[in-house]
Formats: sequence, C-alpha cells, structure tokens
Amino acid sequence: MTAQSGARRKWLDRYGSRLVQVAFVAAILLLWHLATTRWGVNKILLPSPLSVWQQFVDVIRKGEFLADLQITLMELAVAFVVATVSGTVVGYVISRSPYLIKVFEPLFAGIYSIPIILFLPLYVLFFGLGPASKIALGITMSFFPVVLSTIAGFGNVDRVLVTAAKSMGASDWQLFRHVLVPAALPVVLSGLRMGFTIALLSIIGSETIASLAGLGHRIVNLAENMDMARMFAYIVFVIIIAVFLNTAVSALDARGKRQR
Amino acid sequence: MTQAATNTAISVRNVSHSFGEADEARHVKALLDTSLDVTRGELLCLIGPSGCGKSTLLNVMGGLIAPTTGTVMVGDKPVHGPMPNDIAFIFQENALFPWSTIHENMILGMSFQGVPKAERADRAQRALEAVGLDEFAGHYPSQLSGGMRQRAALARALSLETNILLMDEPFGALDEQTRMVLGEDLSVLLSRSKKTIVFVTHSLGEAVFLADRVAVFSARPGTIKEIITVDEPHPRKSAFMTSARFHQQRDQLYDLLHDEIRKSMAQSGKPKRAYEDQSSRAGPAA
Ligand SMILES: Nc1ncnc2c1ncn2[C@@H]1O[C@H](COP(=O)(O)OP(=O)(O)O)[C@@H](O)[C@H]1O
Ligand SMILES: [Mg+2]
Repeated sequence: MTAQSGARRKWLDRYGSRLVQVAFVAAILLLWHLATTRWGVNKILLPSPLSVWQQFVDVIRKGEFLADLQITLMELAVAFVVATVSGTVVGYVISRSPYLIKVFEPLFAGIYSIPIILFLPLYVLFFGLGPASKIALGITMSFFPVVLSTIAGFGNVDRVLVTAAKSMGASDWQLFRHVLVPAALPVVLSGLRMGFTIALLSIIGSETIASLAGLGHRIVNLAENMDMARMFAYIVFVIIIAVFLNTAVSALDARGKRQR
Repeated sequence: MTQAATNTAISVRNVSHSFGEADEARHVKALLDTSLDVTRGELLCLIGPSGCGKSTLLNVMGGLIAPTTGTVMVGDKPVHGPMPNDIAFIFQENALFPWSTIHENMILGMSFQGVPKAERADRAQRALEAVGLDEFAGHYPSQLSGGMRQRAALARALSLETNILLMDEPFGALDEQTRMVLGEDLSVLLSRSKKTIVFVTHSLGEAVFLADRVAVFSARPGTIKEIITVDEPHPRKSAFMTSARFHQQRDQLYDLLHDEIRKSMAQSGKPKRAYEDQSSRAGPAA
C-alpha cells in the first residue's frame, strides 16, 4: 500500500460514512425532482422539491407555524415531564422490593408491548379533542419505558457498592445520592430518551388522527385542502424539529453517561 | 476496662448464623457456635473450604450482618451495625465507585464516615502515597489494573484511619505475582501502622506469609477448628517464603484443611476446583 492510498483510507474512514449519508439524501431529492419534472407524477400527489422549498420559506418567514408549534411542544413537554416524574418515582419504589419487581416488572413489560395508540378514540372521548387527550396518551405511552428502565437501573445496582458504602457509614440519603443514583443513571437515561421519542411520536401521531391544533393537525388539514406543497413544507419542518429535539436529548443522555 | 478487654480488638462469642428461615428451601446454616478473640495489632487470617462461612463471620464482625445468635464486641462496644469509625472493609474486587476517580472515591468514603471537609484532601493524599498510587488519583477505576484497583481500595480504607481492617479475599482475583507483591507491601504497611487486621484468604501460602495467627475453619456449618501461630516479625521478607519453617507451617495448615475440603466437596455434591490446584496456583508460596 502506498503512503497516498493510506492517507486516502484514513480520510475515507473519517468522512466516508458521512459522505454516503449525504449522497443518499441527495439521491432521494434528485429522484423526487425527476419524478415531478420528467416522469410525470401528478403534482397533486407529489409537489416538486422546488415548490416545497418555496412554501417552506414562506411558512418560516410568516411565522405561521408558531401557534401549532407551541401547542405541540407544550403537549410534549407536559407529557414528558409527567411521565418522567411518575415513571422514575414509581420505578424507584418498585425497585426497592424484590417482591414488587416480581409482580410489576412483567406486568409493565406486557403493557409496554401493546399498541396503546389503539386507545386514542377512548382518550378523545374522555379528554376531548384538545391538547388534554394528546398529553394523556403521550404520558401513557412514555411512562412504560421510563418505569421499566428505572426498575432495571435501581434494581441492579452492584451489591458490593452498597455494602461498601454502608460499611463506610453512608446515611440512607448519601447511599441514594452518591451510590444508587449514579449507578442507575445510565440505564434510567436510556429509558428517558426512549420515553421522549415515544412521546413525540404519539403526540404528533394523535394530532393527525383527531385534534383541533398542533403540527400534526396542521399537516392533515393541508392535505385535506389539497395544499400538498405546503403540507410537505410542514413535514420538513416537523422533521427538523424532531431531529433537533432528539439530538438535544441524546446529547444530554451521553453527558450523563460519560466518564465511567 | 479490664486488661483482657484492652488487648482484644474484636471478641466473637458463640455466634451462629443461618441465611433464610428454617422452613425455607434455601435455608443455609453458615456459621455454628463460633467464638474468637482478635488481638489488638495482629493480623489474623481466616482460611477454610469455600462456602464454609468465612465471609459471613467477617461481615458479622463488621456489623454488616446481624448474627442469628451470639454477640460481637469491638473494644467495649457491642456491634449492632456498621462501625465506620472503628472498622474499614476491603472486598474482593469492584468495590470502588466506577463513576468516580480514585481521589473522588476516597473523598466520598471520608464524607460517608464524617471526616471534616478540610481534612479530606490531605488524608487522601497520604493514603495514596502509602500504597504508591499518588500519581493515579485522577484515574477512574476502569483505567487501572486489578492490582492497582485493590491498592486504591486499600488506600480508601486507610484514609478512614480506623484501628481495624477487615479484608475479604482482597487479592483473590489477582494473579500470583501481583498478589505476592501486594502481600509484601501489606506486611510492611502493617508493621508501621499497628492496625488490627482480619484477612480472609483461600491461599495457604498467603495465610502463612501474612498472618500472625491463622484460624482454620471446618466445613459448613463453619466454626473454627484450630488456630495456628506464625511467629515471624513484620515486615516479612521474601526470604521467609523460601524458609523451611514457612513450608513446614504451610504443610501443617494443609493437613488441617484437607479433610474439611473433602467434607465440603461432598456436601456441595459436585466436585469443586481441587484445593491443591488453588494453593499451587495462587499465593506467595507457589
Ligand atoms: N445472602 C445469602 N443468602 C443465602 N445464603 C448465603 C448468603 N450469603 C452466603 N450464603 C451461604 O452461606 C454459606 C457461607 O457463605 P460465605 O460466608 O460467603 O462462605 P465463604 O466466604 O467461606 O466462601 C455458603 O453456603 C453460602 O452459599
Ligand atoms: Mg467468601
């Protein structure tokens, strides 16, 4: 192998995967472009990328998205906070007793595997078409990954660490704060991250099914009015918001897990 | 305080311990009517077949397990729970908090024990120097070798400045060479510090090399079958290990243990690793 090809390999190692990812997205955009300009796909079904871009710029410039974004983010924040608090508290209490773990862990794992979104009509009947039903569904769906990971995190703390801390005189609070929490944190954080993703999916998803406002609602509304270019512009907007939020949550997760 | 009490660091009286309730399937009689006096400043080794109750006795001494019957006194205080001001523990492995550096581990231990904040950094530094790890204060446990981790665990225990150290197979997970070196270091440390140490080991050579007295356990339910004395001043040199007396005492220990190991293996049903193998593989004796 020559020195030059060695350097090239290093460059490829570092940027190769990024390059493929960018090329992949570019290829999709190109196919999309060709489909609308050359292959005669109906504009009503699939607007051209250019028109979507123009609509996107318009949406951003007018700030028209603000009201819907606020509603969706508010629903997400409330659902995630409630699921996090209830899931970690309930999970911690259960993790303290092998008996409770034996009873509730399989139960929660079972419920977690049900597609809870099927109960959306029921939630709408109970909580109405407004944000309350979205929040309630988001809480229900993200509670389970949070509670399960909290049980796993606090339930599997290495016994020798607990024994060592007690032998050195740790109080209950010190044991919790300096041993149990740091030991459980990585697992709990993974659960929170999962819970966040699920809350986002279920809230936007349920907004598209039955709602009065929110980004999901707006998208369905535009589709019903056959305003396809603007609808696609909103989809792009939601994707950007979702990627941004997930990146932020992942970064927090990674920060909490660092250094061990 | 009587003369006897001043010379005895830990006194164990008629201690029995069972795990689980009597009618449960997993009921285990771990210790049976054991009595023992640990003299101030000595290093006492506990040796016996695996599963005979050595760790149980150590944990009872340190207040980590409340015995089913019997009493333990540390000095003139009855033991009812952990006594962080009198007793520090060192476990076989992985008892350092993996999310904290070595230095943070020591600070945390001292904060648990209640050492004033201002003293902690100094004490940590001194203890790390004593075990030769002062350059590694900022490392995480996972960045250190097994031997260094055990040194760090020892440093954390030393920083608590207790009169008593209880060590449960502290070198048990280490390779033979590392163990020999740590054994020698411990002997040096001991001769300086006047600490009382109870040290569980499954290595005959380690027991003879380190101990002032070796308590030999019977098979489960464990009790102390015999105590032999090793009359050799600390710090012990590696020359001691090659002396005829060392070998004679090691053989004496082996004779005492042999039958108990057979009994213990018969109890457990399946043959465990032969003790002969372990003693030739591990421990300073080799
Ligand atoms: N927490 C526990 N619950 C049930 N049985 C235990 C527990 N701890 C130890 N035992 C049992 O008690 C016996 C003595 O254990 P231990 O003191 O750890 O032995 P050693 O340290 O001599 O190998 C063993 O048979 C072990 O299986
Ligand atoms: Mg043991």
